Amino acid sequence: MTAWLTQHARGLRAALARFAGAPFGSLFNVLVIGFALALPFGFYVALDGVQTFALRGLDASGPQLSVFMALDASRDDAAGIGQQLGRDPRVAKFRFVPRAQALQELKQSSGLADAIDSLPQNPLPDAFVVVASDRSSAALAALRDEIQVWPHVAYVQLDSAWAQRLDALLRIGRFATALLAAVFAIVLAAVAFNTIRLQILTQRDEIEVAKLIGATDAFIRRPLLYFGVLLGLAGGGAAWLLVVGGVALLNHEIGTIAQPAVIPFQFGYPGFNASVILFAAAAALGWLGAWLSAGRHIALLEAESK
Amino acid sequence: MISFSHVSKRYPGGHEALKDVSFALNAGELAFVTGHSGAGKTTLLKLLAAIERPSAGSVVVNGQNVGALGPRAVPFLRRNFGLVFQDHKLLFDRSAFDNVALPLEIAGYGGNDIAKRVRAALDKVGLLRQERALPITLSGGEQQRLCIARAIVQRPAILLADEPTGNLDADYAISIGELFRSFNQIGVTVIIASHDQTLRAQLNPQVIALRHGSVEP
Repeated sequence: MTAWLTQHARGLRAALARFAGAPFGSLFNVLVIGFALALPFGFYVALDGVQTFALRGLDASGPQLSVFMALDASRDDAAGIGQQLGRDPRVAKFRFVPRAQALQELKQSSGLADAIDSLPQNPLPDAFVVVASDRSSAALAALRDEIQVWPHVAYVQLDSAWAQRLDALLRIGRFATALLAAVFAIVLAAVAFNTIRLQILTQRDEIEVAKLIGATDAFIRRPLLYFGVLLGLAGGGAAWLLVVGGVALLNHEIGTIAQPAVIPFQFGYPGFNASVILFAAAAALGWLGAWLSAGRHIALLEAESK
Repeated sequence: MISFSHVSKRYPGGHEALKDVSFALNAGELAFVTGHSGAGKTTLLKLLAAIERPSAGSVVVNGQNVGALGPRAVPFLRRNFGLVFQDHKLLFDRSAFDNVALPLEIAGYGGNDIAKRVRAALDKVGLLRQERALPITLSGGEQQRLCIARAIVQRPAILLADEPTGNLDADYAISIGELFRSFNQIGVTVIIASHDQTLRAQLNPQVIALRHGSVEP
């Protein structure tokens, strides 16, 4: 156990010494990895911010049901539906939109005032905008189906289209982030692979001598693997700093330039879990690149030295 | 302890370095492998340490068939040997002390143990005061001594030396010869590949004479 610890401490120390031995080259590698990881990580953090903001918006307005009365329904019929809605415990609140008001709103918002004025009669029905107390899509659908068959109700529309669209967009965003992460994971592993390859080439004498005097492959690989892990961790750290710095700058810009009413939100900083995953993935990828490189190039060296 | 039976070694390309070589050595012997350059001396040492594998026949060390060892077992076989190379194979990016410490680090010794053993080995070869020196600043004879210190620091049962006096002047060669004799006297099996007649006269070893890859009777 002590021997095992000693060997690992030695491997780690050797890796740190190699890191410190070439500070410029190491820094450059760390930056390459940092930028490569900052892209998907930053994307993820931004997406997270947008999602939080959008969900908050969704929560405020809520998915709504639009209940359209039949065109021939009278005001009294509409009042009856209003009472029924008021009694229903599944309805959190509702708003009556008389047909005249709806036409007025349409005239103002669409710019079709002249065209609408030329209509012989108001084509719009009375309507209710209903916010349900249970916002799960199953409950909403059930409520829609029930109101649908109430008397004088022509049509009930579940206004979840924009929520679905947002959901689809977020899903595409997440997929793009995953794709980006996969691409840059390969970049990280490749950087580690190449760095370890160069290290093996510059240390070929040491490796050759060590093997001659009884070093196992594990002994030779150990500092290289630690180096890969350190490289990954340092790159992950650089990516983290880049993203946190980026978020701070963005939020500062949003706070000073834009009115809060225009962009009413701030990007969140990367959370603990996301950060841990970033570092763990970076370390694992650094290790993987080093492992592949060490396996391949130590074997090549051995074949060459024969 | 060490036996070669009908060992041949043919390198890729067809050169046959050893042909049907058989001999046996007991533990604690001091042996010389002699012959001209190209007679197969170095190949014989390489077969012992599993740096090369025989094309035919068997090489047995401490009851282990060296030629048949798996790659994972080879490092542990090599720890039985102290290797002294003609070209020293010192690492020029680290001090004398660190060069000698390498075999102990490989074997997993702790720091205090390493320091004690390294200093004892450096003392033995007369380089204790140069422990912080880089090998490049040492003379050829001192580099050879450093290589010997690295070979003996783990107290190996067998010391293999390839032309240890090859590039040294006579006085230095004699002191190196004395070192080998002293290791042999404490029970280390010493095998030296050399065509140095002075060294041979000095040590009076058992001789395995090679000629064009075969043992001369």
